[in-house]
Amino acid sequence: MNTLPKLIFELSREGKIGVGLNEADVPDEPAVDPALRRRDIPDFPQVSEVEVVRHYMALAKLNYSVDAGFYPLGSCTMKYNPKINEKFAAAEELQAHPYAPHDLVQGNLEIMARLEEWLMELTGLAGFTLAPAAGAHGEFTAMLMVRKHLQEKGDPRKVVLIPDSAHGTNPASAHFAGYDVKEIASSAQGTIGLAELRPHLTPDVAALMMTNPNTLGIFESDIMAVADALHANGSLLYMDGANLNALLGAVRPGDLGVDVMHINLHKTFATPHGGGGPGSGPVGVAERLLPYLPVPRVRRRGEGFDVVYDDPRSIGRVKNFYGQFLVIVRALAYLMALGRENVGRVAEDAVLNANYLRKRLEGLLDLPYQGPSLHEVVFSDSGLPVKTLDIAKRLLDYGIHPFTIYFPLIVHGAMMIEPTESESKETLDEFIAVMETVLREAREDPELLRQAPTRTPVRRLDETLAARKPVLRWRKGESL
Amino acid sequence: MRYLPLTDAEREEMKQVIGIADVRDLFTCIPSGQCRPPLGKLPKALSEPELTAAFRAFGRRNSFSGYLSFLGAGAYAHFIPEVVSYLSAKGEFLTPYTPYQPEVSQGSLQAIFEYQTLMTMLTGLDVANASLYDGATAAAEAVLLATRRSGRRRVLLAGSLHPEYAAVIRTYVQNLPIELVTVAVDEASGRVDAADLGAKLDDATAAVLFQSPNFLGVVEDGPALAAAAHERKAFAVQVVAEAMSLAFLAAPGDAGVDMAVGEAQSFGLTLGFGGPYLGFMAVREEFMRQLPGRLVGQTRDLDGKRGYVLTLSTREQHIKREKATSNICSNEAWCALRAGMYLAVMGRTGLTRAARACHLNAAYFARAATGTKRIRVVYERNFFNEVLVAVKKGSASELAAALRKKGILAGVPLAWFDAGQKDRLLIAFSEVHDRAAIDRLLAAIGV
Repeated sequence: MNTLPKLIFELSREGKIGVGLNEADVPDEPAVDPALRRRDIPDFPQVSEVEVVRHYMALAKLNYSVDAGFYPLGSCTMKYNPKINEKFAAAEELQAHPYAPHDLVQGNLEIMARLEEWLMELTGLAGFTLAPAAGAHGEFTAMLMVRKHLQEKGDPRKVVLIPDSAHGTNPASAHFAGYDVKEIASSAQGTIGLAELRPHLTPDVAALMMTNPNTLGIFESDIMAVADALHANGSLLYMDGANLNALLGAVRPGDLGVDVMHINLHKTFATPHGGGGPGSGPVGVAERLLPYLPVPRVRRRGEGFDVVYDDPRSIGRVKNFYGQFLVIVRALAYLMALGRENVGRVAEDAVLNANYLRKRLEGLLDLPYQGPSLHEVVFSDSGLPVKTLDIAKRLLDYGIHPFTIYFPLIVHGAMMIEPTESESKETLDEFIAVMETVLREAREDPELLRQAPTRTPVRRLDETLAARKPVLRWRKGESL
Repeated sequence: MRYLPLTDAEREEMKQVIGIADVRDLFTCIPSGQCRPPLGKLPKALSEPELTAAFRAFGRRNSFSGYLSFLGAGAYAHFIPEVVSYLSAKGEFLTPYTPYQPEVSQGSLQAIFEYQTLMTMLTGLDVANASLYDGATAAAEAVLLATRRSGRRRVLLAGSLHPEYAAVIRTYVQNLPIELVTVAVDEASGRVDAADLGAKLDDATAAVLFQSPNFLGVVEDGPALAAAAHERKAFAVQVVAEAMSLAFLAAPGDAGVDMAVGEAQSFGLTLGFGGPYLGFMAVREEFMRQLPGRLVGQTRDLDGKRGYVLTLSTREQHIKREKATSNICSNEAWCALRAGMYLAVMGRTGLTRAARACHLNAAYFARAATGTKRIRVVYERNFFNEVLVAVKKGSASELAAALRKKGILAGVPLAWFDAGQKDRLLIAFSEVHDRAAIDRLLAAIGV
């Protein structure tokens, strides 16, 4: 019987101490009125150091991770996170206070300036901000810039067009920036061309938010004509760079007419996802949007670097301090390790791996959109005796993390598979063999899949119960 | 290349299976004139030893580390037990994605559930989310939540709110029908001016947002502010930029506020030049289904065993798209995990001891500096760990520059944020300081 670890609160015993910390050596004379102070923190844990270590070691064993194995989560780019980068991110000599005088933190400012410059070179864009904390935050920042630019030109406009294959963050980001969202239907090929765009391209369109390659893993081949049409209409082209991994060294969004894009350092640039962040979502812009970049901005000045805090045309500040600096450190280290020699190889291997999987799986699964795949491929559960969810859960029993499921929404029972360049051919072959087994099981004993997983620390969890009667914290005496 | 495992032979084999001669045949979808840009400005590839040397060189171009630092103002140096670094570095915690498959993510999910619980205990509120980007964006999210929930459009911001938090709030609402009004600070007490608050609070006010301890270091009268807001049926939101204060001061929930938001970098995160940090949000139960960010909830599996899942996702962008009340995908999960580890190992004894030391060190400095020649302690009581001083002659920046020559980063001159505050210096203390360090600061100032 594998029981889950107790909660830290259930391990707590009165009088236990986990840390050796001196009492202050100044007089014990508080200068705060007693009414403003707290007497106690009821039920706060009291656990010894060794028990804390064992508690978290037990929790660690319950997690799957990229370090443990294949993690083909589509659109998430779960590539290997180089270990040396963790050492840099933890280095004492980079842990400056954000308000340390600039002349004492020239190394840190240089790290930021260099990453900005190299992202400009990689994307063909005129400037970058590293401030946004994650992808959705970058999208929001970008849409604020779009709006400010159009506002200065006299009219912020009302509508942002978003393909039906887009991530949910796109419409949400446009909405928080003050726009109405109009969804446009993808073509039968799953793409957005002039035919799809034209009927919606009214004078109140501020921008199109296009993911490229899109969430089907297909390159939007009409992007240059789409950009021209938008520009002729006084509208802007936003590119969601979540899938930039496929394009590294192959093509630069700025050369295709993209006005603004966000990228994810925690996807394309190999920084660890941390179980859901911290991420970092830099935004790059074409020349005409440069004035609106958020503050602060790092700037080269002579041999050194300084920081611009104020700019009346900027959209303002989107985050405190400078952004996710230690994520930026890891991304820069990754790019320096790759170098110009290998950047293109990343995209080539990622695309090669995805196409190899596609070729080997397309006889077994329905492929609703048949256009050429770049970094990922999306199958459907059409014609299968079980649902996508059941296949995903059965993969867990074989020790493999499933692909992204039920996204994009335009594919029935979507299985979105992104292997990344980090996987060896042996790993892909093993995955294919497991898929063959699972699909055979689906035909012979579908109930087996519907009951899966059975080899994981817990079985399927009751999500309806969790949402209907939310228990979001432990309370004394209420343990399940 | 060491991060790319495919061999040339394997690439050949795979190309044959796919039926292409050249891997570039997979990229023919890209407009041909734009293919394969030169990228000459990118660096040359570095081996691991070269990379290590390059980062050592960045480190050498930083020269802050020899200084005795009293910098704070929203980012604080605290002691971090080694077990926090050891445990959080494990690949099982560092390298998973957001826990979309709960059966193989119970470690992360339980850890975040514990973190949520710890934050409710510290804030005295009912529910805490799994994290937000940082303190400033958490404050902005509180403004959005309060207006959404109340249907009102006016939000009062205390003038003593961290200026960067106020700036981020302004950025967030710039295109939304939300009116921001600043409430004056009473110069004598350093607290929100009650008369100005009373004059500006009206029935269109969604929330009163105040920071405590505030940007001047002063602990606000939370119960009075909450009562004033509630009288007009507005929400009271407390911003906490120094989470360590939660272990020493009365809990926001006990003061009657509806939401507490802020920055929990102090719970086990390194200074990191400003990030990644940890935004937190804790609220009364009635706001639960309006919260931004991820939430971990407890449930049962098919065998009835206790387990954890991401929950209440109908708030979120991947379900509701443009109608979502939360647009947070990647949050700061690993930072929250680290904060949970930190709070677990510090425990009740360690955390309250550290928080008390922060305050006692500040109190010791304030007493010693009161009534001296060079500086005036602006608020002699009711601060937590930051003491605002006014320089009697010259500017605070000049004093800071003079102290730098003596190896001390004495604090943050408020003129950085408000040119009118030339004489003010905000000095932060924590448990990493001892009496000798504070005496050195006092001697260097020449009090």
